[in-house]
Amino acid sequence: MVPPLGRRSWDAQLLWLGLFGIVFVVVLPLANALGFLSDYYLNLFGKYLSLAILALGMDLIWGYTGILSLGQAIFFGVGAYSIGMHMMLEGSGKGVYGEPVPDFMIWNQVYQLPIFWKPYKYFVFALGSSVLLPAALAALVGFLTFRRRLRGTYFAILTQAIAFAVWLMLNRNEMKLGGTNGLTDFKSILGFSLGQPATLRALYIFTAAALVGAFLVSRWLVRSKTGLVLQAVRDNERRLEFLGYNVASYKIFVFAVSGALAGLSGLLYAPQVGIITPSQVGVLPSLEIVIWVAFGGRGTLWGALLGAISINWLRSVLTATYPSLWPIILGGLFVTVILFFPQGLVGLANKLRSLGTRKWASVRAPASPAQPNLGGGFGRGA
Amino acid sequence: MDTLLYVEGLSVSFDGFLALRTLNLILERQERIRLLIGPNGAGKTTLFDALTGQVKPDHGRVLFKDHVDLLGLSEHVIANHGVIRKFQTPSVFPDHTVFENMVLSSGRKRFLATLAARAASRELDGIARVLEQVGLLQHAHARAGTLSHGQKQWLEIAMLLLQEPTLLLLDEPVAGMTRAEKEKTVALMESIVQRSTCTIMLIEHDMQFVRQIAGRGHRVTVLHEGSVLSEGSIDRVQSDERVIEAYLGRGTVSAEAPC
Repeated sequence: MVPPLGRRSWDAQLLWLGLFGIVFVVVLPLANALGFLSDYYLNLFGKYLSLAILALGMDLIWGYTGILSLGQAIFFGVGAYSIGMHMMLEGSGKGVYGEPVPDFMIWNQVYQLPIFWKPYKYFVFALGSSVLLPAALAALVGFLTFRRRLRGTYFAILTQAIAFAVWLMLNRNEMKLGGTNGLTDFKSILGFSLGQPATLRALYIFTAAALVGAFLVSRWLVRSKTGLVLQAVRDNERRLEFLGYNVASYKIFVFAVSGALAGLSGLLYAPQVGIITPSQVGVLPSLEIVIWVAFGGRGTLWGALLGAISINWLRSVLTATYPSLWPIILGGLFVTVILFFPQGLVGLANKLRSLGTRKWASVRAPASPAQPNLGGGFGRGA
Repeated sequence: MDTLLYVEGLSVSFDGFLALRTLNLILERQERIRLLIGPNGAGKTTLFDALTGQVKPDHGRVLFKDHVDLLGLSEHVIANHGVIRKFQTPSVFPDHTVFENMVLSSGRKRFLATLAARAASRELDGIARVLEQVGLLQHAHARAGTLSHGQKQWLEIAMLLLQEPTLLLLDEPVAGMTRAEKEKTVALMESIVQRSTCTIMLIEHDMQFVRQIAGRGHRVTVLHEGSVLSEGSIDRVQSDERVIEAYLGRGTVSAEAPC
C-alpha cells in the first residue's frame, strides 16, 4: 500500500530564523536607538553579521557541494572595493587637497580619475559590481575548471593561487586602488554621513536583513532538487554523472552563488568597518573563512552563521587582550574541531540533544513504529 | 522474431590481452532474463563495459532494438537509449535518504529543471511503487548509508528501475548477500519480470541463485576466455561437456561453483 503523501515539517527551523531575525533586525537596533546598546557594539555586530553572509556562501560551495574554494576572500574583496570606490568618489573634492580624485591618488601623482573608476560614481553601478561581478568571476573560473574536470585538491590550489595573485596585484600602487593602504577614510554613503550613529544603525539593519534574506535563499536552494544534486556531487560524483546529470553546470552555478554572497558580504562590510585593504583579500582571510564554517559545522547553514559570528567575536575579545596569541588560538581551534568535533558546533549540539531525547524516550512508553511518509519536500534540514 | 540486442564478432583487448574474442550473442525481445555465467576473467563484466560505452571494442557490431548502433556512443547517451547498468558494488548516495536517492534518479536532470522542480505527485507515486516493489518503503526516510548491504543493492536496483530501462544490466546483484536476502532478490527479479517490460541481463557467480532464476525457464549463456562457450537451458548447459571441462570442473557438476 502506498502511504499518504505529505510534506515533512521543518517549521522549527523557520521559527528559529524568525527569532534570530527579530532579535538582530529589530531588537538590537531598537536597543541602540534607545541607548541600551552602545554604537560601538552595534557596529561590531554589523561586521559579524556581514561576515556571516560570506560564511553562508562558503558553506554552499564547500559544506554542501564538497568543493573547497580557497579564494572566497577575492569575491569578498570585489564587493568591498566596489562600494569603497563609490564612497571614495562621493567623498572626493571634500578631502585635504580638494581635488576631484580621492586623496590617495594625489600621493601617487594621479590627478585624472582613471577610466575604470568613472562608472563607480553611480551607486547602482557599485551595487551591481559588488554582487554580480564576483558572481561572474566565479562563473568564469568555474567554467574554465569544472568543465575540464579539475577537482578536489587541484581546484583548492588553483583558487589559492588566484587569491595570492589578486593580493599581489592589489598591493601595487599601479592598480590605482590604494596599494597596501587600500581604500579608507569614507565620508558618506548616498549623502548620509558615516559619522552619524543613525547612518550606521541603518547600515546595520540592512546587513541583518540581508543575512536573513541570504539564509532564506540558501535554505531554499539546499532543500530544492538542485540542493540534493549538490550534496550528491559531494558524496558520489560519478554515480551522478551516470544518472544523466551534467555535473559541471551545477558546480559552476553554486560557485557563482557563493561568489555573489561573498560580494554582498563585502558590500555590507566596507561601509561599516570603514576600510578595505589587500590584507582582507588574500590567502589568509580565505583560509579563515574555511575555519569559521568548519567550526560552526559544515553542511549546515546554522553552522556557517554561528561559526562566523562566534569566531569573529572571539577574535575581537582575544585580540584586545592577547593579540600575538590569536593566530595560534585560531589554528588550535581548527585542529581541535577537525579532530574532536568534525561536525562542528551544530553537530555537537545535535549530539547533546539526541543524548537528551534518548534518555527521555527511555522513560516514556515505547512509541508505535513510525509510519513511512513520503514528503513533498526534497531536502533535509539545512 | 524481434531482436533486442545483437552482438556480432565483438573483440576487446587490453594491452594485448584479449578480454573478448569475436563474441556473438543475440537477445530476443520476449526474453525477460538472460543469465551470464563463466569463470573469472571470462569477459562478463567486459561485455557490460562494452555495451555501456565504458570500453571501446577493437572490432564488432552491437545493435540495440535492431537500429541503434551502441558502439561509439557515450555513456549517458547509451543510458538515455534505455540500457541501464548496475555496478558490482552498491553505488548509492550514502548521506541522502532512500527517498532522496530515488528523487535524484527520477525526473529531469537538466540544471534549470531541477532548480524549479517540485515533486509531482505522479513522480512520488512512481517512487513509492518502486520502493514498495524492492521492499524499502518502510525505510524511505532512512539514510542510505545506514542500510544493510543487501538493502543498498535493492535501492540501487530501484533507482535504475525508476529510469524505465529497456535493457537492465545487473552485475552480480546478490554478491555478499545473506541467504534470506538472496531469496528476496529472486522474488524481486520475478516481480520485475511481471511488472515491467524490461529485459534483464544478469551476471552471477552464485550457482544456487542462477539455478533458481534459470529454473523458471530463462536461458543461460556461459562465457569462457572471451567468447560464448555454451548457451541454453540450465540443464543443457550443466550437462555440456565443454562447460564441465572449463568451468565447473570434472565430476563436480552438482557442487557449488567457486566464487
